[in-house]
Amino acid sequence: MSSTDYPRPEAQLHLGVFFQGVNHWTIWSLPESGSQIDFSSFRRMITTAERGLFDAFFLGEGLRLRESGGKIHDLDVAGRPDAITQLAALAGVTERIGLVATQNTTYNEPADLARRLSGLDLLSQGRAGWNVVTTDNAWTGENFRRGGYLDHADRYVRAEQFLTVARQIWDSWDADAVATGADAEEWADPKGIATVGARTSQFDVEITPTLPRSPQGHPVIFQAGDSAEGRDFAARNADVIFSAHGSDFADALAFATDIRARLRAAGRPEDALRILPGTEIILGDTEEEAAEKAHRLRLHQVTPATALAIAGQVWGFDLSGRDADGPLPAEDPVVVEPTGEMGSRRWKDPREIVRTWRETAEARGLSLRETVIALGPQRGHVGTPGGLAEKFAHFVRAGAVDGFNVSPYLTPDGLDDIVERLVPELQERGVYRERYTGTTLREHLGLPRPEGPR
Amino acid sequence: MSRPLYLAVELDGEGAHPAAWRRASHAPAALLTPERVRALAQVAENAGVTLATFDDSLLPPGGVGPVGRIGAVERAAFAAVHTSVLGLAPVVSTTYSEPFHVSSQLASLDFAAAGRAAWLVAATDDPAAARALGRPVVEGGAALRREARDAVRVARDLWDSWEDDAAVRDVDTGRYLDRDKLHYIDFVGETYSVKGPAIVPRPPQGQLVVLAPAGLLPEGLADVELVEGRSVAELAGAGAGLRFAELEIALDTPAHTAAERLADLNRHAPWPGGPRLRYTGPPAGLVALVEELAGVVDGVRLRPAVLDEDLPELSARVLPALFRSGTAARPRPGASLRSTLGLSRPASRFARHLTSVEGTA
Repeated sequence: MSSTDYPRPEAQLHLGVFFQGVNHWTIWSLPESGSQIDFSSFRRMITTAERGLFDAFFLGEGLRLRESGGKIHDLDVAGRPDAITQLAALAGVTERIGLVATQNTTYNEPADLARRLSGLDLLSQGRAGWNVVTTDNAWTGENFRRGGYLDHADRYVRAEQFLTVARQIWDSWDADAVATGADAEEWADPKGIATVGARTSQFDVEITPTLPRSPQGHPVIFQAGDSAEGRDFAARNADVIFSAHGSDFADALAFATDIRARLRAAGRPEDALRILPGTEIILGDTEEEAAEKAHRLRLHQVTPATALAIAGQVWGFDLSGRDADGPLPAEDPVVVEPTGEMGSRRWKDPREIVRTWRETAEARGLSLRETVIALGPQRGHVGTPGGLAEKFAHFVRAGAVDGFNVSPYLTPDGLDDIVERLVPELQERGVYRERYTGTTLREHLGLPRPEGPR
Repeated sequence: MSRPLYLAVELDGEGAHPAAWRRASHAPAALLTPERVRALAQVAENAGVTLATFDDSLLPPGGVGPVGRIGAVERAAFAAVHTSVLGLAPVVSTTYSEPFHVSSQLASLDFAAAGRAAWLVAATDDPAAARALGRPVVEGGAALRREARDAVRVARDLWDSWEDDAAVRDVDTGRYLDRDKLHYIDFVGETYSVKGPAIVPRPPQGQLVVLAPAGLLPEGLADVELVEGRSVAELAGAGAGLRFAELEIALDTPAHTAAERLADLNRHAPWPGGPRLRYTGPPAGLVALVEELAGVVDGVRLRPAVLDEDLPELSARVLPALFRSGTAARPRPGASLRSTLGLSRPASRFARHLTSVEGTA
């Protein structure tokens, strides 16, 4: 198909980078695996991304260290900086790239969080984003004053009300509220600043906001829900949606089509939301070399101990100490009640999963570890820079994605070959910017400035 | 002469005077730009100040109309990457904030600042903060002190909840972490509890430097107490930690005397006095006053009336004289703030020493 046959022949690919800092996809066992916490690692990765003209740099957040079997999970990288604090520092070493903080609506309050995001937005001159996440489990609540107070059914209710209040805070100052000279009556005109009040099921607050709008209006809203409820939440509220639907073309297109239908149902235009699936990108000089590299990396990601831990989540009991290179456990799985622990909500019916695992292992003669790798989530794209550029151009022109949120497998150098080798191939095909044309995150993403107050 | 006096300076807004913005050298809106935050931190660092403090509140400042203010932790983090020896102490209130978040934010600041971060602990007695957050009002000195004490205890416990060497990267066993070096803090206070461990590894300084107004925290919980008094004699005293005197200043500049500048500003708003020392006059007089204070306190926190007017005078005429006489010293490159202040780097309170291990291996 020539590029003019595509529904979006002029479409441009947007790239973001997700500094994961948690889970087994970040490899810590290689000699080149750098610090997960030193500021220099973050500076190195974000400046590489900015050199590669990425739209955004993302930081995740989890408000309790992960546990499995009642113990702190010790096999994966862990220990991350507070996202907004770290991004405020990174704003000082970058000029253009967007800065996106994952922040929880359950264990924050709008007056405080909206203000911190505003501060980041002002310090970066309009480059802030907020990845809105929800939690309901009481396990996380054990770190907070209120404890686990929120019902599962209410987590999106609270998130939506939270966003409404946050937007009111961001829009509370008139554009001309701040004085223009020293002879004014006051630093800011009190009549130009609205008090924000909310009385809803989740909030009973009265707030006098302390900051005006930023150059991009207010922070860009990201969301990652994949349930029907999460997708509808994104369709109503978000500017960008992450997804796990970015590896297989048909799957990506189906997701995008579904999201567009939900946007229409929510009364928003189809292009109001950018779709950026998370992905891992593994490059090689040839397809064979890339595939071999991918296999080598998988063995570092799914170590014997990690394979046993993942299998243990399926079987519902501790498998550590078994032989990961031997056969699957002979026992039947135990169905456990979900908690906040790792994997406790991932598995719908463990008996069915075990059946699939056994069939695959038997048919292909795989060990437990090989089965975990073979049946693990499809993580992204493996190939040559030219081949993947061709593939990504197809994805974006066909409207299956607006771009990708890349999760590097290595800190802090995991983006280097993507920026040095893949980006030029994308540029050559006309699907990627040659330079930043805007200064704000909203401009990078091609999103309109939100309508504001007077 | 004993050790040098430590110099701190407050960098919030346009200065300590409520009308300071009228004498700022830029348009009002420039207050909320990254350029402004960077410039002030660099002026303080270049002058040789040991510690910059950043006042903050969720609420607009009382008394004088609205003034914009970016959160202190965010300003300090932004300033961190533009400075290399200056200590950075944001104000974070303890009354309604989540100690778990506060601890993470401050630990992260210490990483961004490579061991130069501090926390200026505050309490919020305005019930408007409770209304803004939808929380029951914390009323009265005892309750405010209880919340401050608990928040600092939780933060200190969380900073220690990862031992320094918790990330072991043991390839043979596949373990990134040694979970024996991670600790649940299991804090239980009167109004809430916190499980832990932290989600941020132990900060570079182990424990951030904690500053607090005298009387807010129980003895021993703060590293530095900020003390107030109307005279040098009133400031004399002793405490468990370091004592920094609060000192408001307005200096004569080449263009105007301090008295003229204050008269100009006081037409718009008075500069409310507290039980604090305030110095108004030529730079040489401030040098003499600070030299006198060196006999009774460990440091001073200068609160300039107008940053754009008083910082240049401090930088050109006051600090050089104090360094020359040995009354004060510039922080050394590469030193952590704790080390600059003569504080040791403590081991984690949860670290088990080999000699005390009992039972089977």
